[in-house]
Amino acid sequence: MSPRVRVLAFVAVVVAIALAATAYVVVERREVRAERAADPEAEQAPIAEVTDGPRIVFRHTGNDSQYGVVAVVPLDDPGGPRAFTGVTCDRVAARAEGASCLVTDPGVAAAYEGFELDADWQQVASHDLPGIPSRTRLSPDGTLVATTVFVAGHSYMSTGFSTATEVHEFGDGERWGNLEDFRLVIDGREVDSVDRNVWGVTFVDDETFYATVATGGRTWLVEGDLAERTLTSVSRDAECPALSPDGTRVAFKVDVDPGRRVVWQLAVEDLATGDRTLLEAGPRGLDDQVEWLDDDTLIYGLPRADEPGVTDTWAVDTSAEATPRLLIEQAWSATVVR
Amino acid sequence: MYISVRDRPAAGTTSTRGATSTRPPVGRVVVTLGVVSLLTDVSSESVSAILPLYLTAVVGLTPVAYGLVDGLYQGVSALVRLGGGWLADASDRPKWVAFLGYGLSAVARVFLLFASGAAGIAAVVTADRIGKGIRTAPRDAMISTSTPTEHLGRAFGVHRMLDTIGAALGPLIAFALLWLVPGGYSVVLVVSLAFAIAGVALLGLLGPDVRTRRDAATRSGPTPPPFRWRDLTDARLRPLLAVAGVLGLLTIGDGFIYLALLDHGGANVAWFPLFYVGTNVAYLLLAVPVGRLADRVGRARTLVVGHLALVGAYLCAVLPTSTAAATVGTLLLLGTFYAATDGVIAAIAGRLVPVQARSSGIAAAQTVVALARMLASAGFGVLWLVLGPTAAMTTVAGLLVVAVLAAATRITRLDGAAVTR
Repeated sequence: MSPRVRVLAFVAVVVAIALAATAYVVVERREVRAERAADPEAEQAPIAEVTDGPRIVFRHTGNDSQYGVVAVVPLDDPGGPRAFTGVTCDRVAARAEGASCLVTDPGVAAAYEGFELDADWQQVASHDLPGIPSRTRLSPDGTLVATTVFVAGHSYMSTGFSTATEVHEFGDGERWGNLEDFRLVIDGREVDSVDRNVWGVTFVDDETFYATVATGGRTWLVEGDLAERTLTSVSRDAECPALSPDGTRVAFKVDVDPGRRVVWQLAVEDLATGDRTLLEAGPRGLDDQVEWLDDDTLIYGLPRADEPGVTDTWAVDTSAEATPRLLIEQAWSATVVR
Repeated sequence: MYISVRDRPAAGTTSTRGATSTRPPVGRVVVTLGVVSLLTDVSSESVSAILPLYLTAVVGLTPVAYGLVDGLYQGVSALVRLGGGWLADASDRPKWVAFLGYGLSAVARVFLLFASGAAGIAAVVTADRIGKGIRTAPRDAMISTSTPTEHLGRAFGVHRMLDTIGAALGPLIAFALLWLVPGGYSVVLVVSLAFAIAGVALLGLLGPDVRTRRDAATRSGPTPPPFRWRDLTDARLRPLLAVAGVLGLLTIGDGFIYLALLDHGGANVAWFPLFYVGTNVAYLLLAVPVGRLADRVGRARTLVVGHLALVGAYLCAVLPTSTAAATVGTLLLLGTFYAATDGVIAAIAGRLVPVQARSSGIAAAQTVVALARMLASAGFGVLWLVLGPTAAMTTVAGLLVVAVLAAATRITRLDGAAVTR
């Protein structure tokens, strides 16, 4: 090829891909705008109808005008009409007394924030978060808030991730800081290892909680004590625990294919006996902190394979052979208010 | 077609020409390769900027799992780099080996559009890193071969400046697209792919086919012998590898310096990306002037003394009185450090081995630096937790001063070594 032909060929390539990329951006923009202007497909109810009784609070994930808005359905009719609260969250957890809501404001200097809202969904406090929202939970009486975020480090040499999990009093009260700084005791021995990550808090009461600790390539279910500032191992290979309403069992994710691939399945452990049941017929490859619908049923979110950003909330009994059923369409980050 | 970059804007308002007439313009090879790197960096950095959000928001993946995989492949990337250098030397076709590397990364972007799940994304990210590993040394060897020795520092400065402009633009483009199309991560991936293809097309169609061995033959007579691994044990290269290794062992990741800044200033972690941008801006502004300085005062001298800027950055980050000035100072010093080391070491290494081993020689120096810095970051993580940020940073700063003094004894030998054209 002569230099002239090469230059022409290069210009042709650049023009072609620039046109193609621009066309894609324009079409996608039009589509997203149309979607985000549309009313939700899901049936709607006035908020007053669902705020009194037992209910499920979740993040609506339909690609419509209410995308990301927190919605509420009655516990006895989860598939029925949903009421929108007008509050937008990436992750949300609610109790009767109020809610914790984590949000991302994307940008070159992305801002991450945690809000606390009262029972009428009015903001009462806000805190800066040190990274991308991952989990949030409240203690049973709504006094304590736990948040887990991913901290993304930027560097020429590496792009590593770690988690930061913090506990604080609802509103502007006491803060216990990053749980990584707590004393860690595994199998009766104190661990000084610097390589540790803590995530996925579930509260027992206003002093104790369960969480996951990862250290030395393993994960542990730990019991935490806020007054003593300790984390004590309970059992091995458990991530993102959730304590049952009666306080007797803990549900969590287990990596059933350890090694390079991560395939999570759900398991339930009896805290008194240590007996563990793997939900063989349950979901595979889920990545969510489950919630208890009642003392025998778990709920969790799963992304739809064919619709990016859309997730559904499923329910499954805690027996080994139970199969999941769809509980709430277009829902994520669900918690039960009893 | 003739592209040139004036290395200094006209000082006054008078004539723009003639001011630099004593210095030849930067070669077409350097500018072409610089623009290829710019396009490729826009492509890779726009994806890196959104990857954590994309993984959590859309794919529903735990970034922790991804981070572990990513760390593992840093080591693989270092070895691939040596392989890329060897292939370029053995074939005497550095352009096409670099093309292979750029091409692999572009293909990886196509698969990223369809990848779902941890394994798929990890595989794509790995392919991207392998591509980067393959192309770096052959590309630097092309810059080295096509530039007269006395202007090498400036040539690498121009290349790194263009490269860093791409790295700074990438995240801006990504977030502009996300602003245009809310939640449109696929849009970012498609635009990133377009930039990658443009880079590959530019190299393939307009990148000169620099042939190190053949060109040496046409210039000065007999064809150099084929590459042998023994060429890498060249007595001139060894002190450079030793100096780079020792200094690299005390070069902790930028992440730690940024964390120290946060720890002291109590700023929000949301500032993290801005620190990164600030360092990049300082680097791209200083790459050319520092490269020119290196040509004048000695490249090994600049490389070694440049580590004092890193000492300054360590200390500035933990100053007891934390102010905006301290933050800006830290980023500026960090940018100076990169300007004085990253391109400069490639400029030195390419001349300290026989021409038939140029790519491999550069690859060897870069691999030593990468592995030493990996060890440094791992070790520093421990020191940080044992001593706390301030004491740990001060300790490393002290050790680095000692290392710079030790390395200084090799400067004369390195800068005075006979160079290969």
